[in-house]
Amino acid sequence: MNKKNHTSLIHISKRREVSLGRRWGIRALAIILAFVLSAVVTMIITGLNPIEVYATMLKGAFGTPRKMWTLGQEIAILLCVSLALTPAFRMRFWNLGGEGQVLIGGLACAASMILLGDKIPNALLILIMTVTSIAAGALWAVIPAIFKAKWGTNETLFTLMMNYVATQLVAYYIIVWEVPRGSGKIGIINQNTQAGWFPQIGNFKYLLNILIVLVLTFVVYVYMKRSKQGYEISVVGESTNTARYVGIKVERVIIRTLLLSGAICGLTGLLLVGSTNHTITTTISGGRGFTAVMVAWLANFNPIAMIFSSFLLVFFSQGAGEISTAFGLNQSYADIMMGIVLFFIIGSEFFINYKLHLRKNTGKEGA
Amino acid sequence: MEQRTAAVSMRNITKSFGTILANNKVNLDIFRGEILALLGENGSGKTTLMNMLSGIYYPDSGEIYIDGKAADISSPREAFQHGIGMIHQHFKLVDVMTATENIVLGLKEEGRFDLKNASKRIREICDTYGFEIDPDKKIYDMSVSEKQTVEIVKVLYRGADILILDEPTAVLTPQETDKLFAILRNMRGDNKAIVIITHKMHEVEALSDRVAVLRKGEYIGELFTKDTNSQEMTNMMVGHAVSLNIDRPEPVNPKVRLQVKGLTVRSEDGILKLDDVSFEARSGEILGIAGISGSGQKELLEAIAGLQKLESGSINYVDDDGKATDITSEDPVHIRNLGVTLSFVPEDRLGMGLIGNMDLPNNMMLRTYRTGGHSPFTNLAGPRKTAAKVVSDLDVATPGLSTPVRRLSGGNVQKVLVGREIASAPTILLTAYAVRGLDINASYVIYHLLNEQKARGVSVIYVGEDLDVLVELCDRIVVLCGGRVSGIVDGRTADKRQIGLLMTRIGGEEHE
Repeated sequence: MNKKNHTSLIHISKRREVSLGRRWGIRALAIILAFVLSAVVTMIITGLNPIEVYATMLKGAFGTPRKMWTLGQEIAILLCVSLALTPAFRMRFWNLGGEGQVLIGGLACAASMILLGDKIPNALLILIMTVTSIAAGALWAVIPAIFKAKWGTNETLFTLMMNYVATQLVAYYIIVWEVPRGSGKIGIINQNTQAGWFPQIGNFKYLLNILIVLVLTFVVYVYMKRSKQGYEISVVGESTNTARYVGIKVERVIIRTLLLSGAICGLTGLLLVGSTNHTITTTISGGRGFTAVMVAWLANFNPIAMIFSSFLLVFFSQGAGEISTAFGLNQSYADIMMGIVLFFIIGSEFFINYKLHLRKNTGKEGA
Repeated sequence: MEQRTAAVSMRNITKSFGTILANNKVNLDIFRGEILALLGENGSGKTTLMNMLSGIYYPDSGEIYIDGKAADISSPREAFQHGIGMIHQHFKLVDVMTATENIVLGLKEEGRFDLKNASKRIREICDTYGFEIDPDKKIYDMSVSEKQTVEIVKVLYRGADILILDEPTAVLTPQETDKLFAILRNMRGDNKAIVIITHKMHEVEALSDRVAVLRKGEYIGELFTKDTNSQEMTNMMVGHAVSLNIDRPEPVNPKVRLQVKGLTVRSEDGILKLDDVSFEARSGEILGIAGISGSGQKELLEAIAGLQKLESGSINYVDDDGKATDITSEDPVHIRNLGVTLSFVPEDRLGMGLIGNMDLPNNMMLRTYRTGGHSPFTNLAGPRKTAAKVVSDLDVATPGLSTPVRRLSGGNVQKVLVGREIASAPTILLTAYAVRGLDINASYVIYHLLNEQKARGVSVIYVGEDLDVLVELCDRIVVLCGGRVSGIVDGRTADKRQIGLLMTRIGGEEHE
């Protein structure tokens, strides 16, 4: 033909209804492909047998009962933060302050343990720890929420900034309460009396945490799906105009939801300090406030699906530790693999929503 | 049947979106020196077909020939290279720029960037065809009709000689429509090919030379306008005979239902939107509100519905026993708690009236979820029943109740919204542009529903833009101009020229 003939070879169109089975089929295929690609990359870069690498990762996550308990604990804590972010995210309020809200909850818990330990009955102490942690987390989240509701400030920046404030506050109190003097850390709180330590169920150190988070998962699921407040959150998230039109007080919903979101973050801090570590550091949250964003998005804000997405992320980080010791690979190597898997999972959403058409007859007749 | 070469020939064009066949083996010829009206109901594939011509979509199969030569149009830029330009329903202009800047935006011309020369050329185009426009005026200072003119000039400036206009008159007053038609006739005289998509039969008759009809994605046929009439064209579009008369039963026992007094509203940036607006709405009548878009219609309805801050004025609801309730500045929930069932079909259906991502029952629940006492949980059983009833009563075409409403076509979205608002058995029904973008069939369904409500004794307030409909449907018509009431006329005796003048009388003084 006389003019350039560049009929697009690939054509994209949106799918209409996508069945649930097909959705998960595409996702499963994406994960399998991701593992195949990771295997190829592993072979090329390291020359190792990828099957062995995967086996080692599995061993790192499930190898011993202790490892499995750790896996469960890590999933529970990450899931707890993800559950906290869910109501806010459903409302399109991008709460990136999970990190700070967890920290401040933990700080409130540690403060109660240090200041009140051995002075009041243990049950009362645990009650006070619970209330103060949850209240502190809620407070940390509601400050940006009030500013957003009243003056329309940007919640992303505000919640991020609150993280730094929380970190510095914790750093300050670590110096105030450091044991022993000059060590720069608090150490185990109430080590001798175990005052304020959460009770342990049988011999299982992490079981209580796991059970609490499981119950919470169900509660958040029902709250979001069935409650009037959950419905209001969805309406506000989809369209504040519609919300106002049906008489929903948008400002009130924003504040109420962030109180809830922060409260669950505060609860996470409580579980970390009161139930697990019995101490506080500035890194106790360990970036979970941000990882949880990924968990929540991957699960499309469905609390039940978050169990799986948090499992996936924790599995990789646990497995990573194992391969770095077993093969002398850098810790970053697991991050590369996780990056490949996440890329495929997120990419699969495109194939769920869109369809590719390959054009067979390139160009028109008479070309 | 034609000997001349078509400017554009579309042959066997097929395009599908997912499982929906938007165009099925459509053939269409467009000739120079002729105005073609493309007719069809909503969802019949008119806009899709034209979008393929202007490079926005790419056909799944079929060929397009420009002046007899096969053409491959895979982007708007390529469409322009073939001289095809489309003026969309929604203007795509940058508000803070002048007309000239908007027109040259995105053009890659040889040589230095020369705005002066550009505005000279724009003036030449305007003089040729009779446009009235100031190239140096900013878009935000322009009326809707001026913005449309800029869009048309933009397309001409790029050298288009095949013009497609998608429902160009939807936003214009009758006077502006006349002006536009004069310009289109000038262009026809200049041997340009023009395609106009419209729902308004009298415009088709007044303007076009030829009519092509699509129905459900298929090409039904074409007619010469002079050989046909609106009844025949409508029947072709719909596929069966329809009545084109809008009923207007006499109001039964009308009583004052709503008293609006001295309503004044300012927007957040302090612009006066409503200025001392007073009127009464009666039970069992349809009160029309006419005006150029942006004359305060939106603010007026939102003020009554309790969604708008008032500067001054009062709104009183009067029940059947003559007892007045002050609903000035109450919020929507409070108004309902006062025992006033006020329903509101807003202009922005998916952005305000409904939630696009939610399914039908959840959208029904928007109005009712608070009921059910102090239970913290929602109960979807009632909304599900309402949704099923709306779907069957109003004949909503949907794959199922669990389909997100954004997937429905415009007419069906509106049926869902109107259905929900009627479901609460209102005594006042506010509607804003209830038939905007709806095809003939769906429009008549809505008129019929409004008349049913009127017969039930509801006070219906109908904000409309099509004056032909307003004078046929409404009992009385309040005309707004620049936020003020410029007249209240009787729908039975009103003449649309007279309303058109009232719409522009205050402030503008363009017409003597």
